[in-house]
Amino acid sequence: MHYLDFESAIQEIDRKIDDLKSKASLDGGDVADELERLNRKLGHHIRLAYHRLTPWQKALVARHEGRPHTSDYIKALFADFLPLRGDRAYAEDRAVIGGFARFGGRTLMVIGHEKGHDTETRLAHNFGMAKPEGYRKAVRLMKLAEQYRVPVVTLVDTSGAFPGMEGEERGQGYAIAACTDACLNLRVPVVSVIIGEGGSGGAIALAAGNRVLMLEHSIYSVISPEGCASILWKDGKFASKAAEALCFTAQDLLKLRVIDDIIPEPVGGAHRFAAEAMEAVRAALQKHLADWDKATPDALVHQRQEKFLDMTRLGAAE
Amino acid sequence: MNWIKSIRRRPVAHNKDKAKDIPDNIWDTCPGCSGMLYHAEVEKSHFICPHCGHHFRLAPLKRLDMLFDDGQYTLIQLPKTADDPLAFHDLKKYADRLKEARKKTKNQDAFIAAHGKIGGHSVVVGAFDFSFMGGSMGCAVGEAIVTAVQLALLQEAALILVPASGGARMQEGILSLMQMARTSVAVDKLKKRRLPYIVVLTDPTTGGVTASFAMLGDLTLAEPGATIGFAGSRVIEQTIREKLPPNFQKSDYLLEHGMIDAVVPRSELRGTLIQALGLLMPSRKG
Ligand SMILES: [Zn+2]
Repeated sequence: MHYLDFESAIQEIDRKIDDLKSKASLDGGDVADELERLNRKLGHHIRLAYHRLTPWQKALVARHEGRPHTSDYIKALFADFLPLRGDRAYAEDRAVIGGFARFGGRTLMVIGHEKGHDTETRLAHNFGMAKPEGYRKAVRLMKLAEQYRVPVVTLVDTSGAFPGMEGEERGQGYAIAACTDACLNLRVPVVSVIIGEGGSGGAIALAAGNRVLMLEHSIYSVISPEGCASILWKDGKFASKAAEALCFTAQDLLKLRVIDDIIPEPVGGAHRFAAEAMEAVRAALQKHLADWDKATPDALVHQRQEKFLDMTRLGAAE
Repeated sequence: MNWIKSIRRRPVAHNKDKAKDIPDNIWDTCPGCSGMLYHAEVEKSHFICPHCGHHFRLAPLKRLDMLFDDGQYTLIQLPKTADDPLAFHDLKKYADRLKEARKKTKNQDAFIAAHGKIGGHSVVVGAFDFSFMGGSMGCAVGEAIVTAVQLALLQEAALILVPASGGARMQEGILSLMQMARTSVAVDKLKKRRLPYIVVLTDPTTGGVTASFAMLGDLTLAEPGATIGFAGSRVIEQTIREKLPPNFQKSDYLLEHGMIDAVVPRSELRGTLIQALGLLMPSRKG
């Protein structure tokens, strides 16, 4: 387990618990009482740390390497996953994965950014930073979902679209624009969940859904706090200040009416209790997908488009 | 709503006393060839350097003067949006940055729009003001584009957008990111009505603007030498740790890579637009 800098008390108790357990296994002593005491203390410190995370701490939690990624959700929540690959134009971009799968007895399309979980997979998935072919693949999969009249679930987890020469050569701007636009015009339900990091244009390309949900400690922002700090504060060290200013937490975004719902995480975060966090996402998906079961294609497009049009308009939706 | 802000006619003669007020501006240095140019000459030649063809960045009103028939058009009243919705401050308050930009540009935000005729065709033109906080797109610009689309629909007019923007306005956080989706929805409405949507990319167009409405035109033109891209070249150089080719993200580069339809010099822009409008809305002339 990788501990974040505000988790030092938790780390200390975890270490004591481990020591106690290994000592007990060696000398066979009865440590049940001490273990119970430490576990209570652990729970207390986890609650204390997670009771009110600062925006910067949320950014750290949202990016935690142990946090479940799209591939984990696919394994845990979706049956019969049939991966679909390639954009049919240039390449297979593993920063975006997706395919048909079964969820709650129905077929649907699941598409998400994948960051990878160790050095090898992170490189293979380009840290979840998609290139144009990744967005083109996403468009292809969305259209397939439309062809089969099945809903689309998108899982958003990216620091942003890949900022590189190849991306520019192959039309990163157009690819993102076209993907966002395809998502907005889809004639099947689209439910989007920000599971970790929703970074800028690379995120909204997959997040223009009928419903947009955020996990409790995920973030969704126009720019990373580090990037914002280096531009506006002229120094990336002010990232925590920028994090405060950007209002990118799930709680901020719900207040701003940019998202529709927050999915609660177990106290201690999704990286600590992955299975429970994923179950919470399952329940939320079931609920929000069910809301669109009877909606006509026209109604789905209309609701989605008008929802975005109404955002940030003075006096709208009041 | 009241659409009309003011009716403008291009000034016939330039005010000769103006040069006296701002002596520094008599001469311009060309960023393309470093040549010294007499300001009045530059102004007469569409703000293009007569020596090297460099296209100077253009104030949005000058752009409208150049595009509309007889330089005559009606400026559209753009709706108010929340000023500083996040109460954002970095080293400076966003509210103060806004105040300064408004004072400097005499504009409410980074976008103006007008209705009029181009080649006799009914057209709404929206142009960015790069000198207003780098032409960045926040709620006001997004709402202005949505409004320009509404007017185009109402008038059965074509829409021509002329971006010059560093991208999303950071100081409005996620709300500026949402403008990418909002502007996409808006321009889609034109497409459904088969009203032409034309984009003229100018220097510079980057970030969230490139990644939304600016790349969704039915026809996409670019001015010569304009920088157009998604990621900033400095960010890319840091990522790849090497120098980028000199024409990287320039309009010719985009043309070569299939991202735009044509690179059109400013002096030919009106003609190209008239040609396109004639092809795309022949029955709507009048
Ligand atoms: Zn020159």
